[in-house]
Amino acid sequence: MLRAAPWLTAALFLGPIAAGLAGTLLPAFGWLPALGGTAVSLEPWRALLAAPGLGRAVLLTLGTGFAATLLSFALVIAFCAATQGRTLARRAQAALAPLLATPHAALAIGFAFLVAPSGWIARALSPWATGWDRPPDWATVNDPWGLALVAGLTLKEVPYLLLMAFAGLGQIRAAEAMRAAAALGYGPVTGWLKVVLPQLYPQLRLPLYAVLAFSLSVVDVALILGPGAPPTLSALVLRWFADRDLAMWFPAAAGAVLLLALVLGGILAWRVGERVAAAAGRRWIATGGRGGAGRALRCGAPALMGLLLAANAAALLVLLAWSFAGPWRFPEALPSAFTLATWRAQVQALAQPAMATLAVALAATALALLLALACLEAEQRHGLRPGRRALLMIWLPLLLPQLAFLFGWQVALVRLDLDGTAGAVVWTHLLFVLPYVFLSLADPWRALDPRHARAAAALGAGPWRVFWAVKCRLLLRPLLVAAAVGFAVSAGLYLPTLFAGGGRIATLTTEAVTLAAGADRRVLGAYAALQALMPLAAYAAAVAVPSFLHRDRRGMRPA
Amino acid sequence: MTLPRRRLLLAAAAAPFAAPAAAPAAAPAAARGQAPGHPLAAAPWEAVLAEARGRPVFFNAWGGDDRTNAFIAWAGTRLRERHGIDLRHVRLRDTSEAVARVVAEKAAGRTGGGSVDLVWINGPNFLAMKEQGLLFGPFLDRLPNARFIDREGKPSTMLDFTVPVEGLAAPWRMAQVVFIADAARVPDPPRSMEALAAWARANPGRTTHPNVRNFMGVTFLKQALYELAPDPAALLRPATEEALRPAADALWAWYDRLRPNLWRGGRQFPENGPAQRPLMLDGELDLYITFNPSEAAVAIAGNQLPATARPFVLDRGTIGNTSFVAIPFNAANAAAAMVAADFLLSAEAQAHGADPRVLGNPTVLDLAALPPAERARFAALPRSPAILQPEALGRPLQEPHPSWMTRITAEWESRYGR
Repeated sequence: MLRAAPWLTAALFLGPIAAGLAGTLLPAFGWLPALGGTAVSLEPWRALLAAPGLGRAVLLTLGTGFAATLLSFALVIAFCAATQGRTLARRAQAALAPLLATPHAALAIGFAFLVAPSGWIARALSPWATGWDRPPDWATVNDPWGLALVAGLTLKEVPYLLLMAFAGLGQIRAAEAMRAAAALGYGPVTGWLKVVLPQLYPQLRLPLYAVLAFSLSVVDVALILGPGAPPTLSALVLRWFADRDLAMWFPAAAGAVLLLALVLGGILAWRVGERVAAAAGRRWIATGGRGGAGRALRCGAPALMGLLLAANAAALLVLLAWSFAGPWRFPEALPSAFTLATWRAQVQALAQPAMATLAVALAATALALLLALACLEAEQRHGLRPGRRALLMIWLPLLLPQLAFLFGWQVALVRLDLDGTAGAVVWTHLLFVLPYVFLSLADPWRALDPRHARAAAALGAGPWRVFWAVKCRLLLRPLLVAAAVGFAVSAGLYLPTLFAGGGRIATLTTEAVTLAAGADRRVLGAYAALQALMPLAAYAAAVAVPSFLHRDRRGMRPA
Repeated sequence: MTLPRRRLLLAAAAAPFAAPAAAPAAAPAAARGQAPGHPLAAAPWEAVLAEARGRPVFFNAWGGDDRTNAFIAWAGTRLRERHGIDLRHVRLRDTSEAVARVVAEKAAGRTGGGSVDLVWINGPNFLAMKEQGLLFGPFLDRLPNARFIDREGKPSTMLDFTVPVEGLAAPWRMAQVVFIADAARVPDPPRSMEALAAWARANPGRTTHPNVRNFMGVTFLKQALYELAPDPAALLRPATEEALRPAADALWAWYDRLRPNLWRGGRQFPENGPAQRPLMLDGELDLYITFNPSEAAVAIAGNQLPATARPFVLDRGTIGNTSFVAIPFNAANAAAAMVAADFLLSAEAQAHGADPRVLGNPTVLDLAALPPAERARFAALPRSPAILQPEALGRPLQEPHPSWMTRITAEWESRYGR
């Protein structure tokens, strides 16, 4: 039974992706009999290439995707290099978890509220510093170059990459390496870059690819912060998929395949870049330059990171501020009155998507936990050795653009008569929840000292009792953290909910993105704030529950 | 890979799509009686009510305006109380999403149990559904409240964008283009699209129009078309190349003069109509277009516009139309959808919608035809100086044929969307 768990997981996982990719690839080459496409042709590609704005959309996609990834990577590396061994690193780590829980859409909306010409920053500085009594005619959001999109993505990706970097640093002997480097006279920053980074990078590779793939193909953030005419390729493709003329599905499918090619090509290009950088880096290391104290970076990087964390926090705060705001005219720094009116008026409308968000997230997380635990337990009991291929499979949904398989998957769901059902949404969410749950659970699970289990077995406990009473209990904290991560991922999913839910299952994320186009900022603030608060509450619970249960067990509290 | 294997793979992978083909092109052009023989077509209203009780209605409606969303939520509460119907608002970013869904379901062979029960629709979306035989009905005259519709006084309740509705949709709100100006900054607003271009040149960056892919944005252009086209009467016929070219050339010549003076230099546009409100409240815009004659009054009351916002119309009139609800041919809950459509037509719902504290929408009903008690609901509504009364609004211009909207949007995209 348990032995089959990895296979079952793989089937649940690869089935939708395979069906989805096929269901997107075939229409991209003219094959969709239900719409009269019964001959393989390049017509969809001709239509795609003739679409107005395609060239610019592709350039925008590449530009924003790479810029956001490079910027995030550079910031994370600079911060890690600057804070190795300093207490700042640990403090940053503590601040990260809540930021990670914030859904992309909520953060993007908050960020827009912050940096728009009439945003909080301009309000705080006007009119005393800027002289503005009305907002400047500047495109600080939805700008044609996608700068706001890059900034919004960076805001969200840096915490993720930083957490991954901290996890990676925990697996290599960074402190020892740094001591050796210092003994040889290397400055702290130069030493870190020369000794630690080459060891850390392999641990960061897959997360970086995921960030690159996400940044190249994101839809919700692009809709909120990105340019409109033309938008990024993913937003353009989504628009065609929603066209009332279903003939547009053919070029849309071709566009989705083009997006897939951009992402795969982008990852390949990054890989080539890695090689080039590695070669240059080796030469740089071989020159033996010791570097100075790196004071600029040691001050600058933490300052930048602090700014970024502050922007994250302010983006959440401004959502709350709007949701409780009475009249709030430009350039008042704060609303002239705070009121519960918005929440009271919206409570009924909020209840349904909030319940749907909760139900789908709980179901998808529970399923993901079950499958992840079954796989990990099967691994230990039957001595299975997951190879690189298994790891890649787990990462697959995070490395492929969602649009490239969600459309085809939706068509398959229609055929299965499952579209628009809660089951379909949960299943589709599972594709994205499981990787995160599995990855955050696998390390602590595998690292658990096997002597605990052996001791329990020696005392007569069967394998299930060992699993339940020893492993799950000892690993309660990572289990709950993994669950909170899964919950946050599910709560933030936009496209998967949209496609599998057929519009019938609306979550706070889909509603917030719909409202983001033009609703009253107070209403939008309430939706986005609640959307952000639900995963935060899950995180808080994941931290609080073990602390409460283990309040009288000193050895089971976090160090 | 050998050839036979590849063919096998293709066939296997294509199996999910091999549904009973129904090429849209093959659909009948005239679509009277799109659900012939449907049991609901002849059932007495009591039977419809009985079947509707306890059922959900998935109401697919554009969700970009929180006031309309609140109105739909209110209607849901009343429908639950009165008829035991669970109205669920599926909030669309664009109505075409719902049309695409129904088309896809038809293509997949799903002739019943469809996911859309009721859809807020008009213009090209209505025409597309009607032409492709995707609508249930005619059902309008099955609705008890339909007899109060002001068919003579408001012809757009029967003729949507020149397309005869033929009972395939029920009207539920009237719309007419008005412009909003902040009277504190624009005491004497421009009264024609030509004058608007001149005003914008003198006040660069102070006006805009919504994204042209949004109905409000393209309506801005259609409004200009009425003024600029050499033969405005041609707008009421399908857009042929001969009619389109001179009209479009005049439009783009005017637009090229206007665009650089728009907000953000005409390179960026608010996503939809309501997105313009905060821009005026913040002082970014002094003037914008809307479809609701009561927009200013409603939004001022909700702190969404400055108290000095005032509506105005153009000297040569503005475009008016009607919002409808329609039921797709494969709706899972057609009876409940009919009851919901009937409720939207009721004096209670119409008066609630006409309340300037709610939507402030002109009613589709003929007040004179209503029983006195129902008529009193309208007389009791508060008045506001920021609402244009019908005399000031003038008789609305008829919406051009939907093909104009489609063509103008496409031309705009290829001219300015790259």
